[in-house]
Amino acid sequence: MNPEELLFTPTHEWIHVQTAPDGQKIGTVGISAYALEALTDLVFLELPPVGQRVQAGQPFGEIESVKAVSDLYSPVDGEVVEVNAAAASDLEHLADDPYGRGWLIRVRITDDANLANLLDYAAYQKQCQEELKDQ
Amino acid sequence: MGDISHMGRLRFEGPGAEEFLAGLLTRRVGDIRLGQIRYSLITNEQGGILDDVLTGYYHNEVGQPFYLVVVNAANRDKIVRWIAKHLPAERAERRGKEVLWTDVTRLWAMFAIQGPRAAEILQPLVDVDLGSMRYYNGALVRILHPAARRQGGIISRTGYTGEDGFELAVGASIATGVWEAILEQGKPYGLVPTGIGARDTLRLEAGMPLYGHELTEEVNPFQAGLGYVCYLTGVDFPGRDALRELERQPPQWARVGLELAGRRIARFQAPVLAGPQRVGWVTSGTFSPSLQRSIAMAYVRPQFAAVGTELQVDIRGRPESARVVPLPFYRRNVKGMPS
Repeated sequence: MNPEELLFTPTHEWIHVQTAPDGQKIGTVGISAYALEALTDLVFLELPPVGQRVQAGQPFGEIESVKAVSDLYSPVDGEVVEVNAAAASDLEHLADDPYGRGWLIRVRITDDANLANLLDYAAYQKQCQEELKDQ
Repeated sequence: MGDISHMGRLRFEGPGAEEFLAGLLTRRVGDIRLGQIRYSLITNEQGGILDDVLTGYYHNEVGQPFYLVVVNAANRDKIVRWIAKHLPAERAERRGKEVLWTDVTRLWAMFAIQGPRAAEILQPLVDVDLGSMRYYNGALVRILHPAARRQGGIISRTGYTGEDGFELAVGASIATGVWEAILEQGKPYGLVPTGIGARDTLRLEAGMPLYGHELTEEVNPFQAGLGYVCYLTGVDFPGRDALRELERQPPQWARVGLELAGRRIARFQAPVLAGPQRVGWVTSGTFSPSLQRSIAMAYVRPQFAAVGTELQVDIRGRPESARVVPLPFYRRNVKGMPS
């Protein structure tokens, strides 16, 4: 996926929204290349089971590296319909393709109101640059 | 290769230096041979650990003896105050027993070059035979590189990685040039600069305690497994009498190694559980790259310290299975060190 077509949370998750033939909105959620680079060597990823409800701004999982552990925050309200088990078992390669094979969960969106609060690629890049400046 | 200039370096000389240090450190000082380095503790009056330090004994360029005490960066101010308290001017100036001491931390830089090929890399840059230098020994050297501008340094076969290697102290004014020269020299051998994070991983795999984590003023040396560096029958030092008392008492805590069943990291201060009962706390943890396992050091009640004991670590509210394993987690082949 082209990162310029994604929306980002300030907490470094991304979402790609598609409309299914039945009209339901499905969001594919992952974590940004910037965040993966900052975390460095990943050791653990915990994702929710299919069927779990997620809420915008609330944790849906956990990612841990040697340096730090961080919650993963959902960008939308919805229900998990698919989980990328391959990502959790192959953490070393998550950073190779964070916007493609590195997706984490797919969510059937029940409320997309929070999408309006997310950042487009340019705004997210700007936030990352400011974080780097503060370090 | 890492920059460890942050560590505190205190230099002691004069006819009273040996006696003063012997009355400060938990181990004997008088029998440290020329070029030998000794690991010891500084304890408070209650026997709590103020710092763990390395003391080296050298002769300077004109044959005058001096001691170099390397202290933890975070403890430097505290130890400087502790020394000033125990070495008032009238004591330091006592005729025939004068002690001159200098905090040379900011005048010198210090690098750690660690790994099985460290001696090969450094040998062309110094004028002593590194092959014959034993573990925990050091020497004043000339640095054979123009970047050193004819200045010398102190090199020792020491480190905080559990691996063979050296630590080199040089004047701050030539530090950058010497760093570049070593890096250049080491390039064909795969020498790379690393940070404190890498060093922390290595020392943890090697089961080495870190001040602020395994060692604190609230912990006594016997709990830390460092009773062997307390010499309680010789010269008096602060905390000696308290340590004699503590040695007789059953220990309250024991330092252990833990290996976790899962991949999550048991971090500093995570509670250690035996079922519903809290029996200790984690002092350091990481994911070991050498073992590909989550490992930790912890203090636990002595009845839970036996190797093989099954425990749990509360990692952010969820108990994770852990087993007591022997320390160190990983042992490398270090020259001159019993393996």
